[in-house]
Parts: sequence; C-alpha cells; structure tokens
Amino acid sequence: MDAPTQQEASSIGNEIGEITQLNAVQMRCGRNSGGGTTGCGSPAGRGDIPAETWEKVKNHPCYSEQAHHHYARMHVGVAPACNIQCNYCNRKYDCTNESRPGVVSERLTPEQAARKVMAVASTVPQMTVVGIAGPGDPLANPEKTFKTFELIREVAPDLKLCMSTNGLALPDHIDTIKKLNVDHVTITINMVDPEIGAKIYPWIFYKHKRYTGIQAAKILNDRQLQGVEMLAKLGILCKINSVMIPGINDQHLIEVNKAVKWRGAFLHNIVPLISSPEHGTVFGLRGQRGPTPGELKALHDSCEGDMHMMRHCRQCRADAVGLLGEDRRAEFTTEKIMQMDVKYDVESRKIYQSNIEEERSAKTIAERADLTKCADDDSDIKVLVAVATKGSGLINEHFGHAKEFQVYELSTSGVKFVGHRPVDVYCQGGYAEERNLGTIIRSINDCHAVFIAKIGGCPRAELIGAGVEPVDLYAYEPIDKSTSAWFEAYLDRVNSGAIKHIELGDPAICRSTLISAA
Amino acid sequence: MPFKIIASQCTGCSACESECPNVAITEKGGTFVIDPKKCTECIGHFDEPQCVAVCPVDNTCVIDTSFARFQVRA
Ligand code: SF4
Ligand code: SF4
Ligand code: SF4
Repeated sequence: MDAPTQQEASSIGNEIGEITQLNAVQMRCGRNSGGGTTGCGSPAGRGDIPAETWEKVKNHPCYSEQAHHHYARMHVGVAPACNIQCNYCNRKYDCTNESRPGVVSERLTPEQAARKVMAVASTVPQMTVVGIAGPGDPLANPEKTFKTFELIREVAPDLKLCMSTNGLALPDHIDTIKKLNVDHVTITINMVDPEIGAKIYPWIFYKHKRYTGIQAAKILNDRQLQGVEMLAKLGILCKINSVMIPGINDQHLIEVNKAVKWRGAFLHNIVPLISSPEHGTVFGLRGQRGPTPGELKALHDSCEGDMHMMRHCRQCRADAVGLLGEDRRAEFTTEKIMQMDVKYDVESRKIYQSNIEEERSAKTIAERADLTKCADDDSDIKVLVAVATKGSGLINEHFGHAKEFQVYELSTSGVKFVGHRPVDVYCQGGYAEERNLGTIIRSINDCHAVFIAKIGGCPRAELIGAGVEPVDLYAYEPIDKSTSAWFEAYLDRVNSGAIKHIELGDPAICRSTLISAA
Repeated sequence: MPFKIIASQCTGCSACESECPNVAITEKGGTFVIDPKKCTECIGHFDEPQCVAVCPVDNTCVIDTSFARFQVRA
C-alpha cells in the first residue's frame, strides 16, 4: 500500500485484543499493571502502552524505542500494484540509486521473497519481523502477499509478520489475515473528513470502478475505519500511520488520532511529508512543503495523552533489512541469496534472542536506578538535546561521522525521545565537508546541547557560536544517564545564575537529507 | 478497438494484469502488454475499461486505433 512513499514504509504496526478494555487502562494513570511503573510515567521504553500490548511489541524494532537497538526487521517488496492514488506517491519512481522511504529496487516473487527472508534470518539472528509494505498495496496484491506469508510461516513459525495497507481492501481480507496469524497491520489514514481526503487522494479503484473526489475519499475512509474495528475485534494489533501535510491535514490529524483510538488502534505514527520536485509526486511538483521538526513535535505533543505516539520512526525504505538505521540490504540481493546456503534454525535463534533479553533487562534495571535523581527539582524548564549514536543506547558516534542525531527532550520528569534528525555526513573519508556543517547545525539548532563521542575544534567553535553546546564528557556512556546528569548540572547552572535559560526556535531542517536517510 | 499500453510510461506495477477480465495483459521485459486479440474493451464485463481505471499513470492504457472496434457477438 501505501507503502511506497513515505509512510508506510516505515513501520508496520499492529495489535491487540481486548483493545477497548486496554485503552481504558491506557488512559488511567498508575493502572499499568506491569510493575516497576513510576507513578504516572512509564518504564523506560514502554511509553503508555498497556502491559499486554507491550508483551507483544517489546521485541519489535519499529514499536519499541528500545527494541530497535537489539532487533532487526526486513521488508520484502512483492506487491507492486495499488488500488488508490496518493498525491505524495509516484509509483514510476524506483531506481537503485534512490534511497527514500517506501522505495524498493527489487520486486520479488513470493518464492524469492521467502528465500530472502530465510537467508536474512539465518544470517541475522536479531531479525524478528518481516513486513510487506510497498510500493503498492499488499492487499491490492492479495495472492502474492498471502503466498509469501504462507511460505514464511511454513519454515519460520517464530517470525512475526506484518503488513502496511491503505485499508481500501482490508475488510475483504481480514479472515485470511487472522488465519495466517499476522501480528500487526498498519493502516495509513490521513483523514476522517472526505473534503480533506479529496485533497490527498485523486482517485481510488473500488469494485471495478474508478472513483474521484469526495466520493472516493469517503469510500476509502469508511473502509479504513471499518478495518480498524475489525482488527481490534479479532485481537490483531492495528497501528495507524499518518502523513502530516502542512495546510492540508496537519491540524486535522488530532481528530484522526481520536477517531482511530476509540476504534481500537494501539499506536499512532505521524510521519512528515517528504516531498521535493525531483520525486515527481503531485505534492512535490506543486511545491507542497513538509512540516518542520518543530511543527511535527507540536503535533505529536498535542496527540499525546490521547494515545501512544510513535516518535522513532525513520521512514525506512520498503526493502530495508537489518537494525533500524543500519541498512544491510546490499548483502542480500536476489543474486546473492540464491547462492547462499540457508539453514533455518529456530532453536539457535531462540537462544540468541534470550541472551539479548537478559542483557536488556539487566540494563533497564541499572538505568532506572540511575534516573531517579532529578525528581526532587521542580523546575519546569524543558530542553532538547541531540545525540550522536550508532545504537545500543550509547553516545558512541563522532560528530563528523553522524548520519543522524537522536533528539531527546529533557525535563525534571525524565528523558523523552523526540525523534531522529538525519543529516548529511560532515566528514567524508577524512575530509570535512564545510558545506554540510551549516546544514547540520541548522538542523539541530533547537537543541541546547549535542552529545558526541568526539568532535574537532572547528565544528566545536561553530556549534558554540550557534548556541549549541558540544558535550563530549560522556563519550561511550548510556544516553539516558548522561543526558540526565548533564541536565541536572544545567539546572544548577541556571539556578545559580551562571547561565540564563533561553528558549530556542524551530530548526531549518533540510528535507533532502531525509531522503538519503535509509 | 482494443486497448494498448504505452510501454515508455508503464511503471510495471502489474495492477492492470489482475484486473483484466480476459487475461489479455501480460508482462514483457518489465512492462506490460495487451494482446489485442483478447481485449474486449471490457464490454460486457464492466462499465469502464479496467486497465485504464486502475493504471496509476494517466494516458498509458489507451485505445489502439489500428484495430476495429470490438463487437459484442449477438
Ligand atoms: S498510491 Fe498506493 S502505493 Fe502509493 S502511497 Fe498511496 S497507497 Fe501507497
Ligand atoms: S480494456 Fe479490459 S479487456 Fe481490454 S486489456 Fe484492458 S482490462 Fe483487459
Ligand atoms: S497499470 Fe499501468 S503502469 Fe501498471 S503495469 Fe499496467 S499499464 Fe503499466
């Protein structure tokens, strides 16, 4: 489905059973049954997801902000046909040099896809999730999609299956989805008002007819919401993706959030529109801009509380392979997998994964003990900070090598993940790209500090000039602990009058950088 | 007149292939082609030619005027 473009791609979501009941739990503070919950807050990484749902998603790299350090996912492109048209999608666009959300360079048959999955799963034991997203809609290609899932189920019953759809055909296939034990379904829903829908979808193809305008948007939306309800009733996790399009559906997404929540969706992932004229999409050609990071954050914040919001989506390519942010798809081209000797061993995968779990829980306990310090300060100052990391929750990347920064909001209530900021790498093969330094700084200049493992003298001076404090004191240390320690010291400096806290504005992120961000 | 596909515009998405009631559409080297002998313009099946209605690129599935109009046999 919609995968192709941005949205979908990313993460494929899904979930749960007695959703209505769970939502009731979700809304009430302190009723998280999971233990270890600190007051109204939530244990590291769990957000406000109810305990039962958390069990299902904690090892899913796309849902759990923590799991994505430990587990990998892959998408296979088997479903190129689509039954609707979105103004942010150009299905002509698919070339190997292009790395942008939703794009795949290889179209696989179900047999090739299943083989690829086995090849990846036996090489990468962290791989737990296989998704079918775009380009195209998995449910506009039901035979290919379900055949692929069947083949995978036969050999690898332990893998989680998920799919992303625009929802138009979802009600027709719900029984097969249940039968194949698909864990999660993501539906891309950009509106619940057909007038707004008409600005996003020029047409749909439904029951052998092409519909346009408001009528098309109305049919699509009815089918989408019906799909959400059906999934919830069957206990299949349902995640909603929405593309934030400034001036078209930006404010309206708050309503979408409410509409999908009460119908039983468990997670809402609002992703920014990515559009530039080179993509040849209707929005790109019309000069429709995407949201700024500040606008996106404000929208996330205003939906928060209503429902768990996903903030760490990286809008992966539809054929991404590996841990998020580390694309290994080049190792698994069709040619290579055909030559690989594939042995699928469920047992050794299980052992590997239970080791990961042990490490994870030990780490979580240690981190929680560290995080209680700030709590007695009642300052209402909130600051954003950027972190250069290669993963594992550590500050372990050099400023010059960072392809992206993770942004966190620090306040006395804790460290909250806000999002990723992809950037153009500053140092390429030993040479500093001076051109990129300015864009990097502009893309994080809403942050009070940037945490890095190491930084050179020149970028250091420029960052300070731009009001962003480079912090290399915590090289190779855990992000949560280090940023809280820094924040505590920051508050002390403010309280003692050593520095004055100033609010920072919205950064000017360069959208083109998002595109190359795997 | 049967329909034809302008190969240079076809994205190869395959959407038309499964919609054609006459299995007139097949893949050929990454793009799709219509067998003029099999295409009935969807007359008798649907109100609109399915390949045209589902194709994401406008004016890619077009009438091939080099053939006569399809006649429904009485
Ligand atoms: S047109 Fe189809 S393939 Fe493209 S984004 Fe929309 S739903 Fe996905
Ligand atoms: S017009 Fe109808 S019969 Fe002819 S190729 Fe298109 S879909 Fe098939
Ligand atoms: S629907 Fe259009 S673009 Fe897709 S394969 Fe058919 S002719 Fe080509």
